[in-house]
Amino acid sequence: MTTPHTTIEDEVILSLQKVSLDFGRVRALVNVSLQVRRGTIHSIIGPNGAGKTVMLNCISGLYRPQEGTILLDGRPINHLKPYERARLGIARTFQKIELFKGMTVLDNIRLGRHMHLHSGVLSGAFYLGKTAREEIEHRAFIEEEIIELLEIAHIRNRVVGMLPYGLQKRVELGRALALQPRIILLDEPLAGLNLEEVEDMARFILDINEEERWRITCVLVEHDMGVVMDLSDRVFALNFGVPIMEGTPAEVQNSPAVIEAYLGQEDRYATRR
Amino acid sequence: MVIQNRIAEPTSREIPPDLTIPKLFLQKAAQFGSNRVAMREKEGGIWRPISWERYLKNVRDIALGLCRMGLQRGDKVAMIGDNRPEGLWTEMATLCAGGIAVWLFQDCLLDEVQYILDHSDARFLVCEGQEEVDKGLSIRHKCPGLQKIIWDDPKGMRGYTEECLVSLKDVMRLGRESAERDPSELDEMVQQGHGNDVALLFYTSGTTSEPKGVLLTHHNMLTMGAHLMEVDPCLASDDFVSFLPFAWIGEQMMSISCGLLLGFTINFPEEPETALSDLREIGPHVMFAPPRLYEQMTRTVQVKHLDSGWLKRIAFRWAMAIGHKVADMKFKKLPVPWTWRVLRRIAFEGVHKKLRDHLGLSRIRNAYTGGAALGPDHFRFFHALGVNLKQIYGQTEIAGISVVHRSDDIKFDTVGKPIPGTEIAITEDGEIIARSPSVFVGYYKNPEATAGTLRDGWLYSGDRGFIDEDGHLVVFDRSKDVMTLVDGRPFSPQYLETRLKFSPYIKDAWVIGDRREFVTAVVCIDYSVVGRWADGLGVNYTSYSELSQKEETYQLIAAQIRDANRDLPPPARIRRFLNLYKEFDPDDDELTRTRKLRRAFVEQRYGSLVEALYAMVDVYHMDTTITYEDGREAKIRTDLKIRAVPETG
Repeated sequence: MTTPHTTIEDEVILSLQKVSLDFGRVRALVNVSLQVRRGTIHSIIGPNGAGKTVMLNCISGLYRPQEGTILLDGRPINHLKPYERARLGIARTFQKIELFKGMTVLDNIRLGRHMHLHSGVLSGAFYLGKTAREEIEHRAFIEEEIIELLEIAHIRNRVVGMLPYGLQKRVELGRALALQPRIILLDEPLAGLNLEEVEDMARFILDINEEERWRITCVLVEHDMGVVMDLSDRVFALNFGVPIMEGTPAEVQNSPAVIEAYLGQEDRYATRR
Repeated sequence: MVIQNRIAEPTSREIPPDLTIPKLFLQKAAQFGSNRVAMREKEGGIWRPISWERYLKNVRDIALGLCRMGLQRGDKVAMIGDNRPEGLWTEMATLCAGGIAVWLFQDCLLDEVQYILDHSDARFLVCEGQEEVDKGLSIRHKCPGLQKIIWDDPKGMRGYTEECLVSLKDVMRLGRESAERDPSELDEMVQQGHGNDVALLFYTSGTTSEPKGVLLTHHNMLTMGAHLMEVDPCLASDDFVSFLPFAWIGEQMMSISCGLLLGFTINFPEEPETALSDLREIGPHVMFAPPRLYEQMTRTVQVKHLDSGWLKRIAFRWAMAIGHKVADMKFKKLPVPWTWRVLRRIAFEGVHKKLRDHLGLSRIRNAYTGGAALGPDHFRFFHALGVNLKQIYGQTEIAGISVVHRSDDIKFDTVGKPIPGTEIAITEDGEIIARSPSVFVGYYKNPEATAGTLRDGWLYSGDRGFIDEDGHLVVFDRSKDVMTLVDGRPFSPQYLETRLKFSPYIKDAWVIGDRREFVTAVVCIDYSVVGRWADGLGVNYTSYSELSQKEETYQLIAAQIRDANRDLPPPARIRRFLNLYKEFDPDDDELTRTRKLRRAFVEQRYGSLVEALYAMVDVYHMDTTITYEDGREAKIRTDLKIRAVPETG
């Protein structure tokens, strides 16, 4: 049992302004605007093919929108490459797991920290001064904070490909966290998980969002409405690339337009908070 | 009272009557200081040492902090959580402050937590993290004596605002302030203690009834430890891995009594899930564990053996045959001829060494098992590997141990000889009674039970047994659990159950046959092992209950039972059996928290099933209601097959 957010800061960290993207004659996104405030969990919902993942891809830099601006901290990032955006503090996980299956859990997470390594090739090759120091610091961060948080100590040296799906999802979140991001884009983190794993994952998302240590803003694409309505501060509904509405979970749940397009029924959801 | 038979061992080690655990702790801390490692904890993948100096400082801070919060001498402090340094510090701090430590099993359900907190009048509950705090909070209003709930792992604790919650850090901060003002306070507090003060209030697992609170003094604990160490001395440089519940007296006996007397290093695993691999990394010199751990190790080896290639299988079988042969010679106290010694050496270098390393037993000097009987097959298995495994017998009421095997004198159907300073005798009814300085002072708030158990300084164990020609104690079983076979012979169902459990496919078994025409068994299959076996055969299944009822599974289990029946007298052989649709579970009260079968309970719960076993039907229609942990109820309707075991050839 936890209390809901007491301090939702007003500052907008990420915003999309009239973003449009076409694939040939398919209009994937039409005039989509979104304001994500710092420290919130902002969910994007909509039926399959609504353009949710396309939105995440635009934010992370995999796609370039033809129109509109994407701003991080008020500065446009349209022109930046994905790795440059990562450097600014945007991390993501994928709908279908994109891990290095032949590597261990620890190595996968370590890769997520690659960006934070600053030592050169030469000192790296000989494991000198700065490299050794860096290695020790990163190790401490990965081991103590991420592995502890996600409760994966017992599998840290296992090869990822051999792990059950639910644990792989956790490792993917771990790799994204290793970036020490300010915003994390979560693309269907709960898909394919069983009931218990869903509860664990929902708890981890709340932890990285609320825990003083992390305080990461989350953009969440998810179909599990129970979890979405429960975790989110704001919900953004999309249908065939067109925004339907945006509001608090209660507002969205009661919106006839959303119900018609997507929810289909007026269910009330239990709370995890 | 007629005492038929009596054995006693003299002792040369005396524990001064006024010595307490904290006094010894201060001595050791002063002796070892910052140079020696008192404990290690694996954190973030690294073993982090904690010196005696830091151990002392942390205990001081917690002890003084608890006093600032109002802990008085004689107050109870309940503790719940995994094995971790903080747990040991808190216990030691409680003892230093003159308090009484009460440990709860971490997986205790709410009712049990409430019963123990309420019955023990605990004023403080020290939790590990959110999960335990939740338990504490939900029963707080039913335990009026409980004042503060202390927690140490901040994970998930951000939203808790209840006033009764205090973090261990804050307690330690309070303590530090006190210590800065008056550095000698801890010393003075400790000096007030006497060996006859009560140190621990431990609740017995209770195979029979409501848990009873056992009161043990400092003197009880220290004499027990000293006497065990007289038999099997440990060294200060030894390593010990603490991963069994602190609420189990066996863990207290190693971590607190023996640990303090010698000052060996106590190692804490990272997580419960990593305990076995952490055990391997440490390679302890001494360990004490209930049979289930050894059973699990044997099972791991057997399963790996089933999965390995033909060459490895041959090497394994060959090495084990040699190991068994040599072990049997040792059991019979025969000299081992040099040819066998050479073969043994080859088997060790080729197979045993590697195997022991994988099990974390490469450096083990003494391994003990206790709490229940370990099957003879398991015993032989470990001795074949050259692991010096010994049986321990004792109760919480005698601080954990009264009887143990000696290194060169091991008989696996006995539990050995009394530890020094202990007298064991058998009453005319065949009940085992014991007398030693470690016998407890009584049950908390239960004079009737105390009067029944403690008579003229003797502890009445409720176990039946006898003393054999070599002066070893043989324990039958709980008196009420011994069954009478059709030919009038007494027989222990536990013995049959442990034999069955030597099969890697059988996780638990319940043998029935008291005053019956023949013996039957209810079997719980091992889901993962039988599952893997079924995968190999291409047998489809979706759940435990479905797999358990497959005809193929029945054939497999029948073959296992037939093997176990071999060398048993015909009336004791298991004739019919069924596979249960679920595993026995402590949460369903079928097992105790230390995984002993609660026979009276299962007899009541599965009474009609037993009737079916004797009714000569092939199928039993089960129709029962089960209650989930959250109180929901569900109906279970299933058919259980009953099969006969083929005759042993």
